[in-house]
Amino acid sequence: MNELVALDGISVHFHLGGGGFLGGKPRILRAVENVSFAIGEGETLALVGESGSGKSTLGNVVAGLQPPTAGTLRFRGRTLDRATWPQARRSIQIVFQDPFGALDPRMPVSAIIAEPLRIQGIGTPAERRARTAALVEQVGLPVDALNRYPHEFSGGQRQRIAIARALAPDPALIVADEPLSALDVSIQSQVLNLMKELQERLGLSYLFISHDLAVVNHLVDRVAVLYLGRLVELAPRQLLFDRPSHPYTQALLHAVPRIGRKRARGQTIKGEMPSPLNPPPGCVFHPRCPKAQDVCRTTAPILEPAPGRAAHMSACHFKE
Amino acid sequence: MSAPLLEVRGLRVGFPRAGGLRHVVAGIDYALSPGRTLGVVGESGCGKSMTALALMGLVPPPGRAEGSIRFDGRELIGQSAAEWRALRGNRIAMVFQEPMTALNPVMPVGAQIAEVQVLHKHLGWKEAGENAVAMLEAVGINSPRERARAYPHQLSGGMRQRAMIAMALACEPALLVADEPTTALDVTIQAQILDLMLELQDRIGMAIQFISHNLAVVSEIAHEIIVMYAGRIVERAPADALFANPRHPYTQGLIATLPDPEQRVARLPVIPGGVPDLDAGARGCRFADRCALADAGCRAAEPPAEEIAPGHFAACFKAAA
Repeated sequence: MNELVALDGISVHFHLGGGGFLGGKPRILRAVENVSFAIGEGETLALVGESGSGKSTLGNVVAGLQPPTAGTLRFRGRTLDRATWPQARRSIQIVFQDPFGALDPRMPVSAIIAEPLRIQGIGTPAERRARTAALVEQVGLPVDALNRYPHEFSGGQRQRIAIARALAPDPALIVADEPLSALDVSIQSQVLNLMKELQERLGLSYLFISHDLAVVNHLVDRVAVLYLGRLVELAPRQLLFDRPSHPYTQALLHAVPRIGRKRARGQTIKGEMPSPLNPPPGCVFHPRCPKAQDVCRTTAPILEPAPGRAAHMSACHFKE
Repeated sequence: MSAPLLEVRGLRVGFPRAGGLRHVVAGIDYALSPGRTLGVVGESGCGKSMTALALMGLVPPPGRAEGSIRFDGRELIGQSAAEWRALRGNRIAMVFQEPMTALNPVMPVGAQIAEVQVLHKHLGWKEAGENAVAMLEAVGINSPRERARAYPHQLSGGMRQRAMIAMALACEPALLVADEPTTALDVTIQAQILDLMLELQDRIGMAIQFISHNLAVVSEIAHEIIVMYAGRIVERAPADALFANPRHPYTQGLIATLPDPEQRVARLPVIPGGVPDLDAGARGCRFADRCALADAGCRAAEPPAEEIAPGHFAACFKAAA
C-alpha cells in the first residue's frame, strides 16, 4: 500500500501558564507525545482511546488545525510546512463530531458545501454550483436540500451535509472525529454505510477517531490505540481484536458491553487515566496495569512488534 | 416473583400545543419488582426520559402526567408537591446522564450527599456528613474525606457520576431510576459504574429502572427490557428472550443495525427514515412509515400489545405470525 500521510515523532504540548513574569511552576499539558504512524492510500485507520487520550488533538494535527510542538507530517512523501500546506490542505478534510456546531446556521446548505471550493478558489461559480448539486446527491440528500438551512435537518442529515462539504475539494484523506457519536443508533448505521460506500467509490482514506470499538471493528483496516497521548498499540484490525497485545487494549476490549453477555464482575480495570499535566514515570499505564513490575515504573517501553507478529506493534514490557 | 414495587398503567405525558395535547409518552404499562432491573431502550424522542421524570414527579410544566403510577401500594399521580418531595430522593431516587449539570456547582459534593439525609432522615449535618464520607467510600472514591470537600468541577466525570450515585443511594431507595448514567463516560469507566450499580443493588435490594440508548449495556445488566418508540412500548420481554428472539420489526432493526463483533458485513442493515414527529392526529402503527412489513392494516389502527410468549409482549400485527 502506498503511503498517503505519515506522522513522524509528533508531539503536542500546551503551555498552561506559570514560569513567566509572575513566577510559578510552568504547567505543560502533554496532549500527544512522540507519535508516529502512517496511513495508506485507500486505507482506514482508527484512532481509539478514552477522553483525554489525545486522539482529537492528533486528528487536528493531521487536518492541519493544530501545529505540532515537535515532529513532522508528510503527505505523499513531501514534508508539510508553511510552503506545502496550502497545496495539501484541499486533500485533507475533516468531519467533526457535533453536526449541530459544525455548520453555520446562517448559511444555506449550498453555500456551506461550496465554501471550501470558494476559499480554495476552485472552479467558476457555475462549476461550484454543479459540484455542490452533485455532492448533495452523492451523500443521499434530496436536491431541494441546497436551498435550506441547517436547522431544517436532523442530526443524521446534518452529518451528511458535513460529509458533502468535506468531499467538495476532492480530498484524499478525511479525518472523521467521532462522526457518529452524536447520532441515534438507527442513524449511525446509515452514516457508516455512506462512509464505506464513498470510500469504495472515491478511493478515500479515513483517519477515523472513535471510542466505539464495535464501530471501529466494522469499518477500519488498522487500529492505533492511544493512552495519555502515547501510541500504545498499532495493529491490523483482525489481529488487534483477536489477540490484543497491550494490557490497556485488553482492558478496553473487555470493557465493551456485548449483547447477550451478562456482566462478569470484578474483571474491570481499576482507576482512571491520570492527568496529562502530570503523567506517571516509566510506562504511563503502570498505575492501572495488572501486569506492572518494577521496570514499568522506571522505563518507558517502546513500540515494537509483538512476539511472532511483525505487523502488530505494542509498547509494553510484557506484551503478548 | 414478589409483588411489584412499581406498577405503571396507561401512563401518558402530554404537552399542550395548538389544537390539543401532544403526548410524548402515549399510554404505557409495565411493572417492576424489588431487586430487579428493568432496561428501557429507545432513540432520542421516544419518551424514555420523560417516563423517568414522570416517576419522579418532575415532568416540566406545562407538561403533565396522566394515568396511574402505583409505587409501594400508593398512587403517585395527583399527589401534592409536598408528598412528592417526601418521596423523591428518599424512596425513589434518580441518577442523571450529565452529573455536571445535575450536581450543584457551588456546594461541595459531600454536603450535597449529606443534605439528602438531613432532609429525609432528619439527621444533623455532622452525622450526615460522616455518612456522606462513608457513601463516597462505598461507591469507590479514593480519599473520600478530601473528595467530600471538593466541588463538582474538581472531580473527573467518572467520579462525579459516582458522587451522584452516592447521593441517590444516601437514603437506600427502593427504586433507582438511572437515565443514561454511563453515556457520557468512557467504556472502562462505564464498566466500573455498571459493576458498582449491580453491587449496590445486591446490597440494598433496590429495583433499578435503567434507561439507555445502548442495547449492549442494557443487555448486560437488565432482567427485563422494554423497547420504546415514539411514546409507546413496542416490545417488552425478559432480556434473554428479547435479544434471542426479537419480535417487533423495530427491535429487530435496532439489533441488526449494530455492528456484530463476530461477523463483519459489507453493509449494515439500516432502518430507513427517522423517528416521526408525534402528531396528535396520527393513526395506525407509529413505526409503519419505516417498517418493511407495514400494510394498510398497520396504517389504519394502532396494534395493541399482545403476549406472544410467556412474559414477551409485542405491539405489532405482524409479530404474532
